[in-house]
Amino acid sequence: MGLHVFGLNAYQSVIRGGHVWFQARTSSERPYSQGDGADLLYCLNRETFDVHAPALRPGATVIYDPERLQIADSELPVGTRALPLPTMELARKYTTQPILQNAVGLGAAAFISGIPLDVLHGVLTDSFGKKAGDILQWNLRASTDGYEYAGRHASISERAVHRAGPPKLLMTGNQAIALGAAAAGCKFLAQYPMTPATSIMHWLAAHAQELGIVVKQAEDELAAIHMAIGASYGGVRAMTATSGGGFSLMVEALGMAGMTEVPLVVVESQRAGPSTGLPTKTEQGDLNLMLGAGQGDFPRAILAPSNPAEAYRATIDAFRLAEDWQIPVIVASDLHLSESIATVDREEVPTDVPIPSLLTVPSGTMEYRRYAYTASGVSPRALPGQPGLQYVTGSDEHDAQGHLISDVKSGIPVWIAERTRMMDKRMRKLAGVTAASRAPVFEGPPDAALTFVAWGSTVGAVRDALPLLAAQGHSTNLLYFPTVFPLDAVATRAAMAKTKKTLLVEGNFTGQFGRLLRAETGIHLANTLFKYDGEPFYPHELVARAREVLTDG
Amino acid sequence: MADTSARPVPTAVGPTLPLIGRSDTKPTWCPGCGDFGVVAAVEMAVKRLRIPSHNVVIVSGIGCSSNLPHFLSSYGFHGIHGRAVPVAEGIRWANHDLTVIVTGGDGDGFGIGIGHLIHAMRRNVNLTYVTMDNQIYGLTTGQSSPTSMMGQRTKSTPEGVIENPIDPISLALASGATYVARGFSAEVKHLADLIADGIQHKGFSLIDTMSPCVTYNKLNTFDYFRQRVYKLEAAGHDPTSLPKAFERSIEWGDKIPIGLFYRATKPTYEDLEEVLQGGPLWTQPAGLKGHEKVLDEFI
Repeated sequence: MGLHVFGLNAYQSVIRGGHVWFQARTSSERPYSQGDGADLLYCLNRETFDVHAPALRPGATVIYDPERLQIADSELPVGTRALPLPTMELARKYTTQPILQNAVGLGAAAFISGIPLDVLHGVLTDSFGKKAGDILQWNLRASTDGYEYAGRHASISERAVHRAGPPKLLMTGNQAIALGAAAAGCKFLAQYPMTPATSIMHWLAAHAQELGIVVKQAEDELAAIHMAIGASYGGVRAMTATSGGGFSLMVEALGMAGMTEVPLVVVESQRAGPSTGLPTKTEQGDLNLMLGAGQGDFPRAILAPSNPAEAYRATIDAFRLAEDWQIPVIVASDLHLSESIATVDREEVPTDVPIPSLLTVPSGTMEYRRYAYTASGVSPRALPGQPGLQYVTGSDEHDAQGHLISDVKSGIPVWIAERTRMMDKRMRKLAGVTAASRAPVFEGPPDAALTFVAWGSTVGAVRDALPLLAAQGHSTNLLYFPTVFPLDAVATRAAMAKTKKTLLVEGNFTGQFGRLLRAETGIHLANTLFKYDGEPFYPHELVARAREVLTDG
Repeated sequence: MADTSARPVPTAVGPTLPLIGRSDTKPTWCPGCGDFGVVAAVEMAVKRLRIPSHNVVIVSGIGCSSNLPHFLSSYGFHGIHGRAVPVAEGIRWANHDLTVIVTGGDGDGFGIGIGHLIHAMRRNVNLTYVTMDNQIYGLTTGQSSPTSMMGQRTKSTPEGVIENPIDPISLALASGATYVARGFSAEVKHLADLIADGIQHKGFSLIDTMSPCVTYNKLNTFDYFRQRVYKLEAAGHDPTSLPKAFERSIEWGDKIPIGLFYRATKPTYEDLEEVLQGGPLWTQPAGLKGHEKVLDEFI
């Protein structure tokens, strides 16, 4: 129907059982978060009603099967109504397989939401058209039964949807990252399963042969990152992906990528820590880890997309930065971005990404120096197999040729100077990386009374809060940091000079980005909203805090 | 199945394709170190196979022996402690035209890096792993290693080691390595034969090389091995038999076998990875251009 969708998949760290729910929000305008409240609640058990009834808005409909659970009218929130729907009974007409009840429920939900039956049937045909036997026919008929039953016993929601335009793409953040990697020319992924990064490997593994990408499930995250570094050194664009626990294991290797100047992309999809934490819940608590990972100083970049469309772009940017500057680049995602689904316009996922050859040094170049001193800090990188350019890359400190200066040369004055030169060469790259990265962006009205400062997936709820605040007469805007590191201090100071009141919003306990911003610019953001309960931000929470700050802050 | 792991062995090497030799970096090992014999054997083996030096990558971790890549004229990757094997795997999968040799010590391979080693062996990745096993930690000045013998006194075990040593040979046999050998660094020609065979072998080759540390290991010295080693080839050992290889692998005492314990022909990881059947990964097209239909599943 061409509508925009945002979907939040909420589950627990169990394989069977537990309370699992999926929340979908749709509109002709793009929703950036799961939003507040619900207009339709489909309960497969009583717990669903108990947990989610408080979110129901006036006009909402609760669908349930009275064979499964009971809801008394007195329990319904004011202004809501119930549709007791005999899903089991209707589904049994076709099969004893209980899963067909979903089609009945979908039919009823489609009627109430204003989705035409032919649209639903199209979706079911796409999903089940290739299944053997009667499965498609059962689904079509059962959904029709549900649709017609609702037509007789319920009414169309006043928030019903309407056709909006051509179909959009619908994908999770992880799928967007996987696609972005493929579009950027990634040829190798090594990964160890860890929620919420795992589905990056799933998508790439499913398309590995088609796209010619080697996908390796490694024995652990140590191996995963080292395989990616080896593959990159060997001449292909390579990536690894993990969550905070796995990234903790990758820390030493990240420094090796920095020292050996091997391009590397690492996706770090954060989940609630510390330690195992809440494996299926979200947080932005690993920023300090990403900033500080690895002993010593070396240049790196951390990109923090806020939705799937940006995740696609950021992953392509990450490969470009990694390659151009020969550094490790981290794509900072989190569970909320990685696993939520959102619509993406086709133009937002361009596939004609330039993929330059990695053979940049002519074979046989005389006096080739792998770590030659250059103004940008980037030295020409030969690939193994190229005649006449042999060099040894090392995690030890080395000179321009790659000869290590860590043993018999260390401490000798000329080599002390060499060490400083080589450190300066590597660190010089940061200035170039800063210039080549996306600067902080304002969204919303200029001269707003309050500016939200946010990064990563939190930005979505802020984007949805801005119009809510505007409707209440409050002019607010957003200062969003698509590049978290290196933080462009000049651009950030200039941007901050344009703000009045500010509100720092982060999904962690200590305000890790606020600390970084203060360290880099000296600017202290006093008004904060930190969340660390494992749940994503909801727009109403931002509205409430913004109103407090506007009144008192 | 396409034989993508066959390495090109040029019949003639011109001036632009120089054979491997020593680099201008001189080894920093202690005089008399066993590792001198190993670097000589690696050089000899690669030279004999006439593999151009630019098609060879020597990967190592950290430790005295892991400095080896610096002393030869091939490409080298001197990484971090215990992680040489996954780096080498990544290099192979990016470009399986390259001959990838892993070198390093017993601490690097059988201590901190043992997990990677076992998995690389079960994958039968086409790598040649030459350990320089001195049964001691040298670069950190003499602590016990995973292959130190029971009772050995070291700086970290002044009362003697109270753990059983790892036996790399039986470990490799059990893990699926398809070429398993033991060398002795004083027997350079014999060791070079083993390494050359290992490089030519399709699959994971482990050549555990007894390479005495003259500074910190006063037990497992050159003399210790000279008095004990015997060659499996001369003893009529059948390297195609896994049970017989296991039998020989547990010999460690008055007699210590060196030579080839086991060799088997099995598909390599590179043979079985479908994507690599299209040629070395780095030569294959990249990107989504022409693959736009993958976006259809998201509509």
